[in-house]
Amino acid sequence: MIKELLVILLSSSLISNVVLSQFLGLCPFLGVSKKTETAAGMGAAVIFVITLASAVAGVIYQFILVPFDLTYLQTIVFILVIAALVQFVEMFLKKFMKSLYQALGVYLPLITTNCAVLGVALTNVQKNYGIVTGIVNGFATAVGFTVAIVILAGIREKMEYNDIPESFKGMPIVLITAGLMAIAFCGFSGLL
Amino acid sequence: MQQNSVMERLKNGIISENPTFVLMLGMCPTLAVTTSAVNGLGMGLTTMVVLAMSNMFISLLRNVIPDKVRIPAFIVVIASFVTVVELLLKAYIPFLYAALGLYIPLIVVNCIILGRAESYASKNGVVLSLFDGIGMGLGFTVALTMIGALRELLGVGEIFGYAVMPESYVPCSIFVLAPGAFFVLAALTAVQNKLKMIGEKKGKDMSKVGSGCSEDCMNCGEKGCAKRFYDTSAEPKVSEENPKQKEETVKEEAAND
Repeated sequence: MIKELLVILLSSSLISNVVLSQFLGLCPFLGVSKKTETAAGMGAAVIFVITLASAVAGVIYQFILVPFDLTYLQTIVFILVIAALVQFVEMFLKKFMKSLYQALGVYLPLITTNCAVLGVALTNVQKNYGIVTGIVNGFATAVGFTVAIVILAGIREKMEYNDIPESFKGMPIVLITAGLMAIAFCGFSGLL
Repeated sequence: MQQNSVMERLKNGIISENPTFVLMLGMCPTLAVTTSAVNGLGMGLTTMVVLAMSNMFISLLRNVIPDKVRIPAFIVVIASFVTVVELLLKAYIPFLYAALGLYIPLIVVNCIILGRAESYASKNGVVLSLFDGIGMGLGFTVALTMIGALRELLGVGEIFGYAVMPESYVPCSIFVLAPGAFFVLAALTAVQNKLKMIGEKKGKDMSKVGSGCSEDCMNCGEKGCAKRFYDTSAEPKVSEENPKQKEETVKEEAAND
């Protein structure tokens, strides 16, 4: 069991990295990676939301959708649950955990349409993960996202004053950086 | 600008507001499934069906859905059609279902669909909305098929599974792997930047170019995907990072009033 969880932890965070090999959550990855601090904040918010969302989605799937034979509704149910959850978390943090809200609050609304959240919930179902395994998978995926976005932000900060050809300024050079990072992350596939 | 002919809608979707090449929307599926021309074509057509159906349905319901809950309502409509299409694919085109896998249900969170629902279908008639969806979907399909064909050509030396390169060509297999997707998109955006610069020199209005997810995805949220879930009054202040954004929001709010 422990071994299985460790394998999932490693493979979801590094080997099949959510952004660099599965292309989920690309928008925030490219959009919020100008500074390392904001990137880290976004990463933390994503870890928080994805872990929570995979827990809630897992519980709903196992205890409501499966017993009532409604699994074909998973996409609709998951997207609504995630949207409601993000909003609820935002309200909860605002009311009870002011400091955490100040750190993460800005990023929360941006996460609703982050396809990584829905992606993880659906992957958990597709791979027949149980609730605990699903939560670990969600956490690992989000850690992978955070690692990738923080590294990209670091590189972008270094790159800011480089002499880049005019038409490659902005998005193209960021995408090339991401491509090179993806090559580097391919190296992790030898880990397991 | 003429907004009200069916042909104009189709042309708008395929050429002047092509979701991939001009607006840069829906980049996740664009990168993920374009490993071959067939996959690109399949994903494009699947998205087109969902887009056309949801546009039509949302346009039919546009006077029934209360303004405050319209985004959740749109999402339920879109998710329902995605589920229908997913089940149909599973039953009738299993190889495509296997190839696209997770990315079929993820059509729900494709910016293009919610974006069109919000900016077009919720304000226009049924027939025009349907054709707007078909036009946008065709534009997306054309773009995905072209990117897929290019990656397949460079990475395997084939297009649609037919060998087209001479036998001495050594396929550069990185193009069908994840990094290749980033490189192809980088080249694409560079060309787009170049064209935009040329266009601006000539004094053309190029503001639409790259206005989707490319510059930064909060734009996409601003225009109706993410943030409309929430009260505009509770708009988060992301603006520290990007002051331009704030101006746009303020403008938009003023326009809404």
